[in-house]
Amino acid sequence: MSVDEGMASQAAPRERSFWTADTSVRSWLLTRDHKRIGILFLVGTSLSLALGGLFALLLRLELLTPDRTIMGPTTYNKLFTQHGVVMVWMFMIPAIPGIFGNFMLPIMIGARDVAFPTLNLASFWVYVLGAVVTLTALAAGGVDTGWTFYVPYSATSLSAVGWTVTGVFILGISTIMSAINFIVTTHTLRVQGLGWMQLPLFVWAIYGTAIIQVVATPVLGLSLLLVGLDHGFKLGIFDPQYGGDPIFYQHLFWFYSHPAVYIMILPGFGVISEVVSSFSHNPPVSYRLIVYSTFGISFVGFLTWGHHMFVSGMSTFDAGIFGLLSMFVAIFSAIKVFAWTMTLRGGAISLTTPLLYFFGFMFLFVFGGMTGVAVASESLDVHWHDTYFVVAHFHFVMVGGTLTAFLAALHYWFPKMTGRRYPERLGIASSSLVVLGFFFTFMPQFLLGNAGMPRRYYSYPEAYQWLNVLSTGGASVLACGLLLTLSYLCVACVRGAPAGDNPWGSRCFEWRVASPPPKHNFTELPDFERGAYAYAEEGGLP
Amino acid sequence: MSRESAALASQAEPSPYAQPETRRAALTLAIWVFLGSETMLFAGLFALYTGYRALYGADFAHAAAFNEEWIGSLNTFVLISSSFFAAWALHAVRAGRRVMALASLCAVIALGLCFLGLKSLEYYDHLSRGIAPGQFYTFTRLPQHGARLFFTLYYFMTGLHALHVIVGLSIMAWLLHRVHRKRTTRERHVELELGALYWHLVDIVWIFLWPLLYLIR
Repeated sequence: MSVDEGMASQAAPRERSFWTADTSVRSWLLTRDHKRIGILFLVGTSLSLALGGLFALLLRLELLTPDRTIMGPTTYNKLFTQHGVVMVWMFMIPAIPGIFGNFMLPIMIGARDVAFPTLNLASFWVYVLGAVVTLTALAAGGVDTGWTFYVPYSATSLSAVGWTVTGVFILGISTIMSAINFIVTTHTLRVQGLGWMQLPLFVWAIYGTAIIQVVATPVLGLSLLLVGLDHGFKLGIFDPQYGGDPIFYQHLFWFYSHPAVYIMILPGFGVISEVVSSFSHNPPVSYRLIVYSTFGISFVGFLTWGHHMFVSGMSTFDAGIFGLLSMFVAIFSAIKVFAWTMTLRGGAISLTTPLLYFFGFMFLFVFGGMTGVAVASESLDVHWHDTYFVVAHFHFVMVGGTLTAFLAALHYWFPKMTGRRYPERLGIASSSLVVLGFFFTFMPQFLLGNAGMPRRYYSYPEAYQWLNVLSTGGASVLACGLLLTLSYLCVACVRGAPAGDNPWGSRCFEWRVASPPPKHNFTELPDFERGAYAYAEEGGLP
Repeated sequence: MSRESAALASQAEPSPYAQPETRRAALTLAIWVFLGSETMLFAGLFALYTGYRALYGADFAHAAAFNEEWIGSLNTFVLISSSFFAAWALHAVRAGRRVMALASLCAVIALGLCFLGLKSLEYYDHLSRGIAPGQFYTFTRLPQHGARLFFTLYYFMTGLHALHVIVGLSIMAWLLHRVHRKRTTRERHVELELGALYWHLVDIVWIFLWPLLYLIR
């Protein structure tokens, strides 16, 4: 039974969905359809998530006992580097924009496709090329510098630094290609009459992310290029042996990599805004504040990079300024958090898997964010720097934030993308596993860090063991939750009950086209007159 | 809205653009965003240069004296002239004067090649004296770390710029081909606008490299 036949109840004959419009392998691999490219990114980034997760599990297994458990120090160093590289550049940065940005953004603005469909396809294949080159480093013996590639070690390390930085450089090109596409699409292809302040919040989030991407990514590309040359040809640009200053590398790297944190979290914010509005059947409280805070984050996020370098020899004055700016950027996130919470108030709440992920997101992100404000002050950071406290902090924000938002998006838009329902009970069970597993993985790491356990060591004193065992146990529960999600979603793709066009009763624009959408999104433009959050108005959607 | 659905129904493989002007607007915005992104690439390098200049001010001043001022300045003149001809080519196409456009594009390419020729001459001169980047640096008259770093940065900055010149020249050659084949015409010439904008960026970057590497001593 094909995906469309499930909804044959409508009187008008329906166009074939984008899944079945053309079924050859070639039509998938060389597709210019933004929805299919979104699906390709779903496959690519999910594989990356699985790989990065596997690395993480191996690391946690090693840390089960104080001394060597399953691997030696060199292998451990290589694994945590690969874990970071894969998760940051192959999963978190491309995932939500690549999958849901591609799939939803054109539909949400009433466009038939993105502005440059061929560039869009190219960005996927450049992503694949970058991923392959990055992983070639594994075959070439791995890389052991940590995902930050700090010089001077990365200039002298005998591991495959060159392969990895080349791969990440290529991934950066893919990012810039996508970002240009999203910016131009949002500017030029909005349907007539759809003003900026009527755009769904997810569009704003992807747009804000794209701006950070085009500004920050070239600086990363440059830094990695220089490190690659330092490593490969001993150019000595950052290598003190030739007069170079490693601190300059740190400045350049964090000038990109701090905004990159917002590249990873802003799309998640967009998802959360949609999910909370749809499942409380309430318009978001202060649409404008959410939009403005997105740009507050995009802008101030560029001025906080120094807080990664408090112990690299920074003056107290500079550290104070960077600390204040870092706390300032937290205000914008807090505005969003309050707006989302208020959106729930007085709403007709339906407790579904995406909303559970929303609650998980709120808890984990707020927790991670609060500890972020703490590490933003130099006096505290000196104590916590390079300990598990920092590891726990950024995993709470990045994994607790981005991963839960990703899973919320996956469940929220699953009916739209496939035309089918996922099993709600299994969804609720697995989301509980994911959030609980996550909490028990990283909560102990706050305590470990505060007790002084440094990061990036394969062994530790015995006093730290029980917390490490707890953390490994949590990681296993998290992995089970993710595997469960993967399996029921795969089954639901084929056997799920037909979803209908708008199973959640959402007012947002993408729910006004067929599920799954036809190849060109719509035969006749859906109604864009009624706002994306017009819950106060009576009556269902057409 | 009905016009759009009609356009949608009439085309088998519809373009995402409802009107041709939208395509032009989209491409123009895209090139500006891209140029902004490119600017950030060089901005990182300029920041790095500034940092090292602050660390090794005297060494940088001595080292810059070994860059031939006349080659740098002549190359600035060459590149600005080529930018003028790129703008002139666009002007000519808009006025429907195809031959003048072809001549202007030829001038752009000739001047671009001239720039690369002068640059190679300079590289050759430096390399023959042992002024090479990083570990290959053997210039005995300036043995300091700062001088080595200056020349490493010099090679990297001008090298990255030269790479952009080569890409720009390829674009110009492609545009020449298109104007010759009458594919870029008075009515439809957005690619020439985009190519010229890119060429201007190449020019502007050099205008910043010139004082940093040749004039400030």
